[in-house]
Amino acid sequence: MKSLKHLFGIADLDREQIEYLVNLGDSFIDINRRSLKKAPTLRGKTVINLFFENSTRTRTSFEIAGKRLSADVINISASTSATKKGESLLDTGQTLAAMQPHVLVIRHSISGTCEFLAEHLENTAIVNAGDGAHEHPTQILTDLLTLKQAWGTPEGKTITMVGDIAHSRVARSHLLAAKKLGYKMRIVAPRTLLPAEVERYGCEVYHDFDEALPGSDAVYMLRVQSERLTDSCAFPSIREYHEAYGLNSQRLKKAGDDCLVLHPGPMNRGVEIATDVADSVKSHILAQVEHGVAIRMAVLAALCGGDGGDDGKE
Amino acid sequence: MSKVIFDNLTVNQALDSMANSISSSEIYMIGIQRGGARVADALQHRLQKQKVSVQRGNLDISFYRDDLDTIAPNPEVRPSKLPFDLSDKNIWLIDDVLYTGRTIRAALGEIFDYGRPASIKLAVLLDRGGRELPIAADLVGLAHQAKPEQSVKLITDPEGWFVEQRQVKS
Amino acid sequence: MPKLKIENGHVIDPANGIDKKTDLWVEDGKVTAIGKHSGTADQIIDAAGKIVCPGLIDMHVHLREPGQEWKEDIESGSRAAVAGGITSMCCMPNTGPHIDHAGIARQIIERSDQVGLCNVHPIGAVTKNLNGKELTEMRELTRAGCVAFSDDGAPIWHAGVMRKALEYSASFGYMIIQHAEELALTKDGCINEGWISTQLGVTGMPVEGEDSMISRDIMLTRRADARYHVAHISSKGGVKMVRDAKAEGLHVTTEAAPHHFALTEEEVLGFNVDAKMSPPLRTEEDRLAVIEGLRDGTIEVIATDHAPHHEDDKRCGLSCAAFGIVGLETMLPVSLGLVRDHVLSMSDMIAKMTCNPAKLLNLDSGTLSVGAEADITIFDAGATWTLDREKLVSKGKNTPWHGKKMTGQVNHTIKAGRIVYQNGQIC
Repeated sequence: MKSLKHLFGIADLDREQIEYLVNLGDSFIDINRRSLKKAPTLRGKTVINLFFENSTRTRTSFEIAGKRLSADVINISASTSATKKGESLLDTGQTLAAMQPHVLVIRHSISGTCEFLAEHLENTAIVNAGDGAHEHPTQILTDLLTLKQAWGTPEGKTITMVGDIAHSRVARSHLLAAKKLGYKMRIVAPRTLLPAEVERYGCEVYHDFDEALPGSDAVYMLRVQSERLTDSCAFPSIREYHEAYGLNSQRLKKAGDDCLVLHPGPMNRGVEIATDVADSVKSHILAQVEHGVAIRMAVLAALCGGDGGDDGKE
Repeated sequence: MSKVIFDNLTVNQALDSMANSISSSEIYMIGIQRGGARVADALQHRLQKQKVSVQRGNLDISFYRDDLDTIAPNPEVRPSKLPFDLSDKNIWLIDDVLYTGRTIRAALGEIFDYGRPASIKLAVLLDRGGRELPIAADLVGLAHQAKPEQSVKLITDPEGWFVEQRQVKS
Repeated sequence: MPKLKIENGHVIDPANGIDKKTDLWVEDGKVTAIGKHSGTADQIIDAAGKIVCPGLIDMHVHLREPGQEWKEDIESGSRAAVAGGITSMCCMPNTGPHIDHAGIARQIIERSDQVGLCNVHPIGAVTKNLNGKELTEMRELTRAGCVAFSDDGAPIWHAGVMRKALEYSASFGYMIIQHAEELALTKDGCINEGWISTQLGVTGMPVEGEDSMISRDIMLTRRADARYHVAHISSKGGVKMVRDAKAEGLHVTTEAAPHHFALTEEEVLGFNVDAKMSPPLRTEEDRLAVIEGLRDGTIEVIATDHAPHHEDDKRCGLSCAAFGIVGLETMLPVSLGLVRDHVLSMSDMIAKMTCNPAKLLNLDSGTLSVGAEADITIFDAGATWTLDREKLVSKGKNTPWHGKKMTGQVNHTIKAGRIVYQNGQIC
């Protein structure tokens, strides 16, 4: 298997690498469930979480993942706007890289930030914790681990993703992963929330949620940012959005009994997802959160590891 | 180039003898994944025939290794399972082949992340020499002096177990 | 001034229909003869195997002076121009202060005369401060040397202002150059909207942003009976509208930048900031339409939209990087691709960067007529070289052709009879 230097996105991974990370994540679940949640795997490694966008849950997940593997984890919240000039980004990156961390975990509102920084920083592994509307690989690996636990393999299954596909990095990463792993994606949104030529990912496009539900093995609800909806005239009101694209238990029945419910969080209850669904047994939303830590442990371990080679012990 | 240095009969006799040495009223046994777990299974099977109560656990020490910089983590899922409380127990730690001692060091580290046993004793099916750490087994089934450029492996074929030695690049 | 003979070159002067192997004589800064000429030369350039043509004209350049001299200035821009075989260029008014009053226009011309390498013709602003509200004093600006009017970079978005600008300029025969972009459609966009913008997760600029503005402007041009020029046309729809407007007899003209007929949006994959410009690189279909427009004469001019930027303006991620690429030094080699691909004859290609823009802008340059100012470019159409961004003469290093093999190299650039560039050296 090709070893990993950075993790920018699903686009750069092949099937073998994706499955490797998911399986590795699976083996870390156990450590998280012990009373003593610590392994020395990354002892002496430094991980910097550099977050230019607020994200308590992703940052916390990376922090816990690093700490449970005994890495030294430092969190930096750098608030910046997308329009602010970028020298500060490069300067920040170079300054932190000069302190010799092993891994830089980056969240930024500008697509391509990780690729950009990697070009200028040597000797630092970069993990994309979400860049603009581009990719969010650790979220997708988390989802794949959740689906592995539920189904064994996602191959041949149909995942129906609903919401603001246009601005969603989660959507893009899933659309790429679906092709590589052989599952089907249906995306559901009004045209105002779809990116140009999205069907070229090989997904099915629906505008009517109820039409998309039959035959779905999982429904994946994306978070709605209400200001984004109404400011850009993408939708007239939250009320109408909920009526057209909100998931409630009544609607979920159309998908069949075994359909799972996923959400990358944080949820807007009563907007894209009703409480009765969010808290139902079909909901794997908290499992996603748990698996998020395991996947991030796997990603950090994989990036800190050598070239692979021999399996087994001494 | 490989050759069998201990055949099925010898290995089984060694296991019988180890089981007899371990035997007491209640035994807490932890096998190191994967070979050590198989040896522990074999010992457990023999002890249970003697009506000895055996509490079993398995350890995967992948995340406790000290060589992550040279190898990538192994994604094969062999979770650690310690279904009993270790505190104040006398533990037998079981492995198949004892070599540098690094696996045992990692295993000891992991065990202490689970609890604080009263004692830990080490039983190995085969000691092949070549220690790099001050670690010794309390119970050795078979002894053999192998060279550093030789690899020694326990093969657990369903047809019969044997120990194989082969030349590897040094 | 010594008498110069350029001998054995393939002389191409589209304005006079000259396209043959012959000699060219220059004296006192003027072309004195083509072909046999009695007399002896003080200096001889052997142009065997080379093409000898009028000095090239680039009618769309951002020189950044005054105001942003760290990106480019008149001197560095002039040096880059002659290195690219260009002896006349038009500079856009989005400087600081803008070229919206005569003083700035005069200052730029004066400065370029001091540098003495390349003619610089300012394009005056259409509106004061490029704010799209109040018209500039176009008559005064013309007297000061402005050759056309544009708010380039800032589209004249207000239809009412555009109508008045066209009507006013038409009264005096001036030409309005529009950066056609409907900002309400392209807001926050950084590359063409489509499959590439979707994959990269960046906001796109839909092609309709360009097309809707061209469409509106052509309607206004028809009513005003004005002269309207579409800057850096990049879309299939835009080319068609200009073609139709020409067929209808309207005074609608346009130019294409080399990157729009040589590259597509695919160039941006991998977040390549040096492939980000406005209008953006578009699809293969658009590229082919621009090429067809060049072939059938819909697009009469090749101009670079030379837009130098400092490293800091570019090295910050795709969506916040500045728009634009440098073009002066790559105009000729990239455009020669059109000749190699049999889109244009060598003469027609040269016309699009000599006599065609000269005619649009009423410039004296762009020909080798006897008596004309001796602005001459000598180039080897087959010479190959590899572009190294660090070796560009321009202060701007923002080019998508870094590391690429270029075919076609300028050997000599002659300005008013003086050799200003010779085999890699600015003289």
